[in-house]
Formats: sequence, C-alpha cells, structure tokens
Amino acid sequence: MEKNTYDAIVIGSGISGGMAAKELTEKGLKTIMLERGRNVEHIKDYVNANKAPWELEHRGGKTQQMIADYPVLGRDYTLNEANLNFWVNEKDSPYVEVKPFDWFRGYQVGGRSLMWGRQSYRWSDYDFEANAKDGIAVDWPIRYKDLAPWYSHAEKFAGISGNRDGLPQLPDGDFMPPMEMNVVEKDVAARIRKNYKDRHMVIGRTANITRPHKNGRINCQYRNKCWLGCPFGAYFSTQSATLPAAVATGNLTLRPFSIVTKILYDKDTKRAKGVEVLDAETNQTYEYYAKVIFLNASALNSAWVLMNSATDIWDGGLGSSSGELGHNVMDHHFRAGAHGEMPGYEDKYVYGRRANGIYIPRYRNLFGDKRDYIRGFGYQGSAGREGWSREIPEMSIGGEYKDALSEPGNWTMGITGFGETLPYHDNKITLDKTKKDKWGLPVLAMDATIRDNEQKMRIDMMADAQEMLEKAGLKNVKTYNNGYNMGGGIHEMGTARMGRDPKTSVLNGYNQVWDAPNVYVTDGAAMTSAACQNPSLTYLAMTARAVDHAFGELKKMNL
Amino acid sequence: MINRRDALARVALLMGGAVIGADYFLTGCSPSSSDKAQDKTQAKASGPPKEVLDAKQQAYLDEVGETILPATKTPGAKAARVGSFMAVMVRDSYKPADQEIFTKGLTQLEEASQKMNGKGFLESTPAQRTALLTALDAEQKNYGKTKTPEQPNHYFRMVKELTLLGFFTSEPGATQALRYLPVPGKYDGNVPYKKGDRAWATT
Repeated sequence: MEKNTYDAIVIGSGISGGMAAKELTEKGLKTIMLERGRNVEHIKDYVNANKAPWELEHRGGKTQQMIADYPVLGRDYTLNEANLNFWVNEKDSPYVEVKPFDWFRGYQVGGRSLMWGRQSYRWSDYDFEANAKDGIAVDWPIRYKDLAPWYSHAEKFAGISGNRDGLPQLPDGDFMPPMEMNVVEKDVAARIRKNYKDRHMVIGRTANITRPHKNGRINCQYRNKCWLGCPFGAYFSTQSATLPAAVATGNLTLRPFSIVTKILYDKDTKRAKGVEVLDAETNQTYEYYAKVIFLNASALNSAWVLMNSATDIWDGGLGSSSGELGHNVMDHHFRAGAHGEMPGYEDKYVYGRRANGIYIPRYRNLFGDKRDYIRGFGYQGSAGREGWSREIPEMSIGGEYKDALSEPGNWTMGITGFGETLPYHDNKITLDKTKKDKWGLPVLAMDATIRDNEQKMRIDMMADAQEMLEKAGLKNVKTYNNGYNMGGGIHEMGTARMGRDPKTSVLNGYNQVWDAPNVYVTDGAAMTSAACQNPSLTYLAMTARAVDHAFGELKKMNL
Repeated sequence: MINRRDALARVALLMGGAVIGADYFLTGCSPSSSDKAQDKTQAKASGPPKEVLDAKQQAYLDEVGETILPATKTPGAKAARVGSFMAVMVRDSYKPADQEIFTKGLTQLEEASQKMNGKGFLESTPAQRTALLTALDAEQKNYGKTKTPEQPNHYFRMVKELTLLGFFTSEPGATQALRYLPVPGKYDGNVPYKKGDRAWATT
C-alpha cells in the first residue's frame, strides 16, 4: 500500500490534468498522473510533424478503411491521415447515441492538448453572471475577480499571444505579442469598427508563443501544422509545457495505460481515499491512494468516473446526490456563418502560415442589444487568397490552366459562429450497462441536443456574418449552415457543474465534489454555463486556483 | 481544434465542388445514409488492398494527366507520377461504385478518342489529346450542372480531380509549380505580389 500512496492523484493528462500535475508537484506534493492511453513523447512521437505533403500516401486525406474504422471522427474534418494516431480507437471505446452526438476523443498522454485549436479567451462577468440574470439553471459560485489572477497565472505559463483590445466582454490578459492580421483582415476590421458601434474584429488570442518561452520552447515558426505535434514546442500542450515542468520538480510519476474505473470512497471519513485502476494493457487491477484527487478525465469521462464511484452509497455514483451529475451537457454549436470574395488586393499576398485567425467577440444581447434568444456567439475566421483547388470557370485543361492554378487566386474571407448552448437539465449522459467497451466497462449514452434558443441564434450567426462581410466590401457573400450535432464543437461541458448549493450542483465554488471535498473536478465538467468563448483557458485558470485551494486545505488538515 | 476557421469558413473545395470519394478537402458535409451502408460493407473487407489499376493503366493516366497539366516552364503531371498516385487513391479512397466508374471511364476515354480522332489516346498527337480532353471536360462540367448527389459521378471529373490533387501536392508540383516553405519562421500579412509569382504550396 505504501508504494501506491502519493500526496495527490491526477486522473487524466490533457490540458487541465497536466496543469493540475504541474501545480501540485510545484507545491511539493508527490503526485501520480494516471492516463488511460499510451505515452506520447514530446517531439519524438510527432511522427508526421516534419513530413512534406507528398510523403503521406494519401496526401493527408481519408481512405474508405479509415471512414469505416472511425465513423464518428469521419463526421468532420477531424478524420485525416496525418494525425490519426492521436484520436481514440472507436472500436475499443464505443458509446451510445440516444441522440446524435459527436465525441472526438484523444486517449493518450497529453489527451487533446496535442490537437486542440489553441484559441484562448478569458470569460467575463457577462458570462459568470448570466445564469443568475436570466434566471436559468444555477448561478455560478464564482465571478471574474475570483479567476482573474489565475487567468494571469495560466497565461504567463502557457504563453498566450494576443492583443489587448480593451473589450469588457473579452477581458485582456497577460499576453505575448499578438500575431498579425493580414492586409484584407485589417481593412475588414476597420470597416466593421466603422459600421458597428459594438462589434469588433480582433486577432485571435492563441496558445502559440510568439517569443521563446520556458522549458526550451521556441516561438511559432508559422508552419500551421500544430495538430501533428509541434517539434518547436510552440503551442501549449501537456508535452510542451506542463509535463516537463512537473517532471522537473522530481515529484511526478506518470502512469500511462491506466484506466481509472472508480474513485474509492470512505464513508466514515466522507473522503475519497484513492482510485482503482485497470491497466489497459494487462487488465490487472491496482489501487492508488492519496489525500487529494484531481479528476481531469475530460468533461464526459470525468462524469463517467464519478458515476462509477461510491455506488454502494449513491446509486448514481459520487456527486449524484444533487441529481445533476451527468446532466446539463453543453458544447459550442457552430458550422454556421458566411464567406465571400474580396475584390482587389491582387498585388498583396502573405508570407508564412499563421496558426491563428481573427475573432469577433460576442455582441448580441450585450450593451442594450436584445434578441429573441438569450446569450450570444463569437466568430472565428480568416482571409486568404485561393489556392490551386479553386475553380477557374473559363479555363479547362492545359498549360495555361496549370500556370494559372500555380498562382494565387482571389482573396476570400469566411467567418463561422461559435454559439453558447444553454445548460438544459434534460441534456444528459448516462451509463449504459448493457454495452461494454474493450475492457468490459459500461459505456456512456448521450442524450443531448440543441434547442430553440440555439436554433434561433444560428439564424443570426448566418445573417450577421453575411451583413458584416457585405458591409465590409466582400462580394458574392454566401451563408452556410452545415448542421451541428452536440459534441461537435469539441467543447464538452457541464456534466458535474459548480454551484452554491449541494442540492443543485455537483461541485462547490472551488471545484470540490460536495460529497467528497478532497475530490476536485477542474475540466469542462465543472462548467455551470458555456459562454461562447473557447473554454480551455478557463479550465487552466480554474485548475490552478483549485490546486492552490487544495494545498491550503491540506495544510489546514481540512482534507 | 485545428483551424476550424479555415476548415469551415473558407470551405475549400476542389474545382468549386465537393471532392469525389473520401474527401481530401473539408467539405463539412456528412455522408448520406447510402454512403454509411456502403462504409459498412467496405469495413468487412480484409487482407491487403486489391489493386484497381495496373501498371499499364497507370502509365496511360500519366499521359492523360500530362495533357491536363502539361510541363510548361515548370514540370507537369507526368513528372509528378500522377498515374501511380491515382492508383493509390482509387484503390483506397474511392467507394466500390466510384472505382467501377473510374475503371470503366478509361475504356470510355479510349472510345471517345477513337470516335473523335480515329485513334487511341496514346497514338494521338498532343493537339488531338488536348482537343479530346477539352471536350470531355466540357462534358463533365455540363453533366455536373444538373447532377444530383445520388447520380453517378463523371469519370473525367475524377481523373481531373486526382490529377490536380496528385500534381500540386507532389514534390515537383509543390516545389516547382508552387513554392514550398517547410518552415516559414515568421508571418507577414502584407507582402507585395506581382502577376506570375507562384502561390504557396500549402495555405
């Protein structure tokens, strides 16, 4: 037992788990980080990161075999030849879709921090106060001021490049120098500013460093191949940032192939005493013990772990006494917007491939605006010149055609909305015990969908995009709505929400499970509402804050 | 994840339409129910993939590709070995129905050559080859105007698509027809451009 005993256990090694491990070990706590998948070593295991397009047999595309093997991943751009080994094996780890649900998972050390989109935005009190003001769901137990110092802490460590834009709905942070808008984006931004009082187009804030940073990380080289793993360590991932920091303390043990099947709950002390682990390779079972547990298995899997824990006391598992565990599934709905052509600028081009785009922060239902839905959406997008895949209607085949395609085409620009989804109690995940994964474990059943509020918002997401682009001088602007399933935003949230009352929430204001205060959940599961900004930076801030709290409580012997 | 703003907002489509087979580009469309049924049959297949196009057909396609994208001041499709690339893509990325259209299409192309030029494609002069493929391209474009997703694809659209994809992502295509920069090192969003400057190989 002694050799399996640590000060802290971290379940999961993605964005929030890596941060938990770093913060815990830096405070001197002996920590074991348990990861269900294989190890991925920084740089060495980024097998396609330095390949030219012609070195991939299908030039990065999909094969019918891949489509058959990855029916979920194949629903979007995510299925591709170049980083297929970063995505979960869907046959080994199935789930049930009561309603269509896109669940894009990365089961390996680093989790989805290897493939994430890196857009990093603070939330504001417009977000933290929203549920209370609208009278829906429950109030967040925290406000912006509670997280602000931890946002700074996370930004300084992760390295977030961005501009200080002075917008109340998108608070500024401790940024590295911003990336640059291109010539067309700059002009569009200026025209939007002129055309609309409360709408702004800013450069994306991204977890790509623009100057050298800690742990030997080299600034972004503008290859835009981030999701293959970056040999320069230029974007924030577990491998590039939190893991080396945690390892450097000498306090970290990393155990891959460790599926946490349950948290071991001691009903006498009303605390968790450890976890049960199933070794994914050997199928052996182990127990690990610690004073404090950080649950960072990703929103839905963290709920899964809780549902499987302490079932002798609560049928629905640890944290289910509120009746909210597994409920309030949220995501960001997207795939709706507009794109068009920008005339002129034929004498302008870009150098380098910017791993970032533009951002138009939320303006709907703010500053006096009132719509027939609540909350709002932001846009992400970019402008660029068309490449060889464009159509040249007046040409057919031959040398002139080839030479024409070898030159850049017209400038185009597109923006896509990322909209807030509301926390509906009826949007839920449950355990389906009739279906088992490769290891004989019950799987999740997804029963969640967007509803009237989101559908109304999508109409604005298209119409506003068209109007803004047209007013900014783009021609032939077309809207699109490519449809959306819950989960497709890859921003799953809400399944173990924070709150002020144990009767209506799973976690308290420091991310502690009400029913087991030495268990902290600091991934997307904790979110009480979804806002419309990309959530990962908030997970980082929340995680660092929770570790600080846990450390204080340990010292006070409260855990 | 990745650059959804690029993947979704700019909707890169080959020759203005969705790519046939397993889309290399990011169309954002989900497969229809009939596609899904076909995926299931495909999944049952096992063993090494069965070659769909033999060496002779690949050499033939090199010539067809060279007529579509010939050597100019930069290399053409034949130098990029688009024939062997097409063999890989048709074998691995096309559904069985599209594989059949493609292979039958080679016969149709040969028949069209006989009809128009009185000889096979390989026996034709460059001018005759160009005339034939220009006519076939007009035919596929015309067909595409009214084609519904359920109707079969046109073989010449497939050939042309794979020629473009195979050429511009090949080493000669990417590094000589286009400019390939593996590590740009910096970003400048406003550089001068003059007509004739080559495009970057990846956006």
